[in-house]
Amino acid sequence: MSGGAESSTAHLMTTESPTRRFFRATEIDTRLLGMVGALVAIWVGFQVFGQIITGEGVFLTPRNLWNLLVQTSAIAVMSTGMVLIIVMRHIDLSVGSMLSFIGVVTGVAQVYWLSPWLGADNPFIWVVGVVVALGVGALLGALNGFLIAYAGIPSFIVTLGGLIVYNGLAWWVIRGETVAPMDAYFELIGGTPQGSWIGGMASWALGGLACLAILIGVAVNRSNRARFKFPQRPVWAEIFLIVVGCAVALGTVAVVNAYPWPPKVAENYALEHNIAPPAEGLIFAHGFAIPMLIALAVGVVMTFLSTRTRFGRYVYAIGGNPEAAELAGVNTKLITLQMFAIMGILAGVAACITAARLDAASNSLGQFDELYVIAATVIGGTSLAGGVGTIYGAMLGALVMQSLQSGMTLLNFDSAVKDVIVGSVLVFAVWIDQLYRRRQA
Amino acid sequence: MKSIKSLASGAAVSALSAAFLFGAADPALAKGHKECVSWKTFQEERWKTDEKAIKSVVEAAGDTFITADAQGSATKQASDIEGLISQKCNVILVVAYDADAILPSIKKINDAGIKAIAYDVQFEDPNALYITFDNIGVGRLMAKEIYKAKPSGNYAFIKGDKGDPNATFLFSGIQEVLKDGMDSGKIKNVCETFTDGWKPDNAQKEMEQCLTKQNNKVDAVVSENDGMASGVVAALKAQGLAGSVPVSGQDGDLAAINRVALGTQTVSIWKDSRQLGKAAAEAAVAMADGKDAAGLAGVMKFNKGKKGVEMNTILLPPTPVTKDTLAAVIDAGWITKDKACAGVKKGSVAVCG
Repeated sequence: MSGGAESSTAHLMTTESPTRRFFRATEIDTRLLGMVGALVAIWVGFQVFGQIITGEGVFLTPRNLWNLLVQTSAIAVMSTGMVLIIVMRHIDLSVGSMLSFIGVVTGVAQVYWLSPWLGADNPFIWVVGVVVALGVGALLGALNGFLIAYAGIPSFIVTLGGLIVYNGLAWWVIRGETVAPMDAYFELIGGTPQGSWIGGMASWALGGLACLAILIGVAVNRSNRARFKFPQRPVWAEIFLIVVGCAVALGTVAVVNAYPWPPKVAENYALEHNIAPPAEGLIFAHGFAIPMLIALAVGVVMTFLSTRTRFGRYVYAIGGNPEAAELAGVNTKLITLQMFAIMGILAGVAACITAARLDAASNSLGQFDELYVIAATVIGGTSLAGGVGTIYGAMLGALVMQSLQSGMTLLNFDSAVKDVIVGSVLVFAVWIDQLYRRRQA
Repeated sequence: MKSIKSLASGAAVSALSAAFLFGAADPALAKGHKECVSWKTFQEERWKTDEKAIKSVVEAAGDTFITADAQGSATKQASDIEGLISQKCNVILVVAYDADAILPSIKKINDAGIKAIAYDVQFEDPNALYITFDNIGVGRLMAKEIYKAKPSGNYAFIKGDKGDPNATFLFSGIQEVLKDGMDSGKIKNVCETFTDGWKPDNAQKEMEQCLTKQNNKVDAVVSENDGMASGVVAALKAQGLAGSVPVSGQDGDLAAINRVALGTQTVSIWKDSRQLGKAAAEAAVAMADGKDAAGLAGVMKFNKGKKGVEMNTILLPPTPVTKDTLAAVIDAGWITKDKACAGVKKGSVAVCG
């Protein structure tokens, strides 16, 4: 998507500045870079600010960054779908209530139906719980999509109705009660208990795999370009991309591994497994938590879906010009229905993460999440006019939003001030993006 | 309905004649009054519990029970009350949807010579009787139980939604109890935050941030309700601290009562709405008999409302549910023993066996 604008400037090579040449050669999306810059600024800002106010900055500690990644995962998962919905010039306001309804249903299924029937902590329960969640999500999403695509009702209205309806249904299922505790295996999805962290070795292995994937990806890309006689990136640019990609992957591993198990948890583990703790105390690394991996996997799958499949190309085609796409033979109605069904499934995934993390389900779960998801997507550079938006952008946007929230909580900000700042940042981010786009055009 | 009404009016005639014969002083013989309720909304589960309790007291007294549901509309509530007045209710219990917009309707009730009771939600009219749970008392009870478990150390306060006056109300009760400890420095306020929408998942994030900031040096958590307590306990659990750090809550959520049995939550303050309904209905029946509200048992003067109007008030004490008082909730039929004791280790809690 971003390739077009840059390659048209190729003939100006002689007059361009070194930075321009660098971005053209590496084909890095400068807007992505801007967002990463903003994220770093926020992080460092909170660290310094914390140091000044409390004498001790805790934001840039492995523990806080680890928490941040877990806290972001549910919103990040949903934002990957919201991008494509908005790219198609639609909106889904119902994801928050859908999350609460799905959470409540899977909670009731586990606690009131399956657990008495199969016996508590039967390994079958969590599987059914997840299948039910994803199934209900797909169904509700498809219903939304059907009403939008085939009945011709605007998505804003359908999903606004959905927001209210699913909220009511969630209430109706449990009448304001809280369902708890969840199945012990299911709980691992949320990353709270010991057992939902994959540990140091597995995390390094995963980091290594990521490096390998980047290497292979670059190589495959290079040979494809050669096959179709496309211009190649210079070799130094390829190496630069591999090194940076690898550094980010391994750096993340280093951070999550630098957060050791809480002492109480390590103590209990040692007692249970008859390990004599050494003098300096037991140190186990957290490594990645399961919800982080789920979010990562969803991000990879959705990126693949949107950039490497016919479905993805159609989505962007419809967003760019719905009439043209339809005239070109794209079944826009079916694609719309499928996209909303995918959004529903993602709400199901997020519902599992949220309910598992809290180890309880109630109908207040997920309320207002639609606003955070849309905000994350928009901060991530998705245009509400349709046609433009990336999965990684939205996920980064979610991280920006959560960074602001948790950073301000760490500093004991008044919650009214928090709301004011988060809202302002949203508007500010979109304004900056507009300015950038105008300069590009 | 019609047959009940005609039955009731029949009863009224006989009651009147009985009263005439034996003197009106005996309340047990004063039958046939109408006690009416105007609900703000009936869409919430809890009001059904209240209604059942009120109805059984009213009918046991031989009176008639009439209700109207305003369905969450101040306008509809006004016309509901007009309707109840024309049905010649003797006492009208009002659960106000809007504490200010209700006042003209209350004036109409007063003008018609009918007695008004502010049920659970206060409206400020000096002629009305106000019956509710002692909300400042809920905060006090929470703090007391936590203080009992941990008389010194680092306290975290997870407050409710900043837009809800109850959140601040509760906190003033909490502060009252902990004031001495805080002044002497024995108790340190290390985290204090409002929670948007009283949402458990927000409370969980707040607690995680608090533990991060404090490097787990948190000794007690005062959470203003049970939903948020579930988030707090989940955050503590991730650090292996659930069960060793006392946590409070309120509402008597079934899941919270289970946590109390499991030991991960210290106390849930329970406001038994059946108790509230019973007390209000008994007051209503007595007032229909012509008793003065000021003379009823448990009535005191209360002027802590927004406008400071002095009202006759009955403040019911809420019940703290702890490991020791679990039996009471189970005996009251609020929760089954199976649900309360799910997952509890044998021998750790007396009630659970």
